[in-house]
Amino acid sequence: MNNRMPVLSVVIAVLGAAFFIVPLIATFNFSLRMKRGELSFEAYRSVFESDVFVSVLSFSAVASLLAILVGIVIVVPTAYWVRLRVPRMRPVVEFLSLMPLIIPPVVLVFGYVRIYGTGSFLPMTMTDAGTNALLVIGYVVLSIPYMYRAVDNGMASIDIATLTEAAESLGASRLRTIAFVIFPNIRSAIVSGAFLTFSISLGEFVITSLLNRPGFGPYMVQMGQDYAYQPAALAIMAFGFTWTCMVLMEVFASLKPGQRLLRRRKSTIVKKALP
Amino acid sequence: MTFDPSDRPVAVRRLAVLNWSWIGLVPFFLFAFLFLIAPIFYLINGAFQTPDGQYSLDTLRGLFAREIMNSFSLSIRLSLASAGMGAIFGLILAYALIQGGLPSWVRRAFMTFSGVASNFAGVPLAFAFIATLGRLGLVTLVLRDFVGINIYAAGFSLFSFLGLALTYLYFQLPLMILMITPALEGLRPEWREAAESLGATRRQYLSRVAMPLLVPSVSGCFLLLFANSFGTLATIYALTGANFQVVPIVLFQQIRGNVLYNPNLGYAIAVGMIVLMGLSNTLYFILRRRAERWQK
Repeated sequence: MNNRMPVLSVVIAVLGAAFFIVPLIATFNFSLRMKRGELSFEAYRSVFESDVFVSVLSFSAVASLLAILVGIVIVVPTAYWVRLRVPRMRPVVEFLSLMPLIIPPVVLVFGYVRIYGTGSFLPMTMTDAGTNALLVIGYVVLSIPYMYRAVDNGMASIDIATLTEAAESLGASRLRTIAFVIFPNIRSAIVSGAFLTFSISLGEFVITSLLNRPGFGPYMVQMGQDYAYQPAALAIMAFGFTWTCMVLMEVFASLKPGQRLLRRRKSTIVKKALP
Repeated sequence: MTFDPSDRPVAVRRLAVLNWSWIGLVPFFLFAFLFLIAPIFYLINGAFQTPDGQYSLDTLRGLFAREIMNSFSLSIRLSLASAGMGAIFGLILAYALIQGGLPSWVRRAFMTFSGVASNFAGVPLAFAFIATLGRLGLVTLVLRDFVGINIYAAGFSLFSFLGLALTYLYFQLPLMILMITPALEGLRPEWREAAESLGATRRQYLSRVAMPLLVPSVSGCFLLLFANSFGTLATIYALTGANFQVVPIVLFQQIRGNVLYNPNLGYAIAVGMIVLMGLSNTLYFILRRRAERWQK
């Protein structure tokens, strides 16, 4: 019975691995075929050389970074306050923080364009700045489930009650406590959530497209309609980008409070060299 | 004056503190109200009105028009198919990885990859599958030129139901692996040993012990996968444009430029999506709570 299992397991694992890897190999190979008869990075060069690529990427990067900042400002004090003072409200706050996972983005943005559209009480979409703000807010909403969980996990690993008492007994105000005591201690948790947020919002399509913003998601769809090889190159880059974000997220999520990135690396190298 | 902690002044002070504590949550609740609750409420409210502002159920009745019903049915079938494939294949793969006696690095590699692949959705995923299984995709060409099977002549198309379900599987399968792993790790070896020492065959162990234990987890994961693919828009839009009229696409077009004859019908569709997503997520939470009984 135990002898037969590994053979079957190996077959299943190989099939699974093939399903995961073959599309990546195929896409990479496809992305190299822009020049007839040879493999080249022509498609990548053509993507990077386009001015549109640079402008949409910087637009989306700025919007995503702003979303991360706004998300931190909203989530960190809330998670802190819930843990410290109003644990009774925890289920409500958690439910609200999970709601963006239940409401599809297309529904959310539908509500936005109606409430904050032309002729409403707060016509944000009338101006460019207002629409950009709405876009950033949309990204914040999408990221709140992940941000809240990351920050809350970070706070679970430190004793915020004691830290707060210590800070207050030294005369720190509430805001100062959050900014200079709590925040540095959960920095790695925040960064971990930030990378996930970044990977979600950089290529976001639905909200960006429906708010008519010149972001990276709509640009990619347009590329897919106009070209053959550049989209494959974009897909490979997007996969690499997602991979990087996820690895950094994992690394920062597993850092202990106050631990630095470099020291951790050194210790893993030592560990590997030892046996 | 005695100082007893259960005395009334202390209780009063605690009450005052609690009342003040609410202030700290105001920014979050205000944000959630403005950008989460109010938009949804606006849509729900609109779904119960006719375009001229009268409250009635006519708009919701519009959901039963043939086109809209077809969209919902297509969306539900596609989500069932991709969630079903994801749940079954994911369970088999995860079982092989965790209980199948494979070296631990294989398992770690799959877990790491799954973390990335479950987040690799949207437009790039569509591009990857076009390069793989599109008309000129590498796998299509290799099968045609080296194996002698022309999958497109045989009726397959990436831009069909099966092709879309297969594309969705690329993020559904890893998600299933990640979600079902805790349940599989909860299958204790003692239970298997106990079954074996009582003379159970492997099939009996699987069907009488392992399966019943896993059913709540697996069906919970299935529901989450269902919701996950039901809400997917970017991938299908990049693959088929607006040719494949699933519900999110219909809504997307409606927002772009009122393609429905009744503008409030868009609200009704949105409400339909919220209800379906809400139902599957609620059931998921209930099933997960049931499943966690076994995972201490």
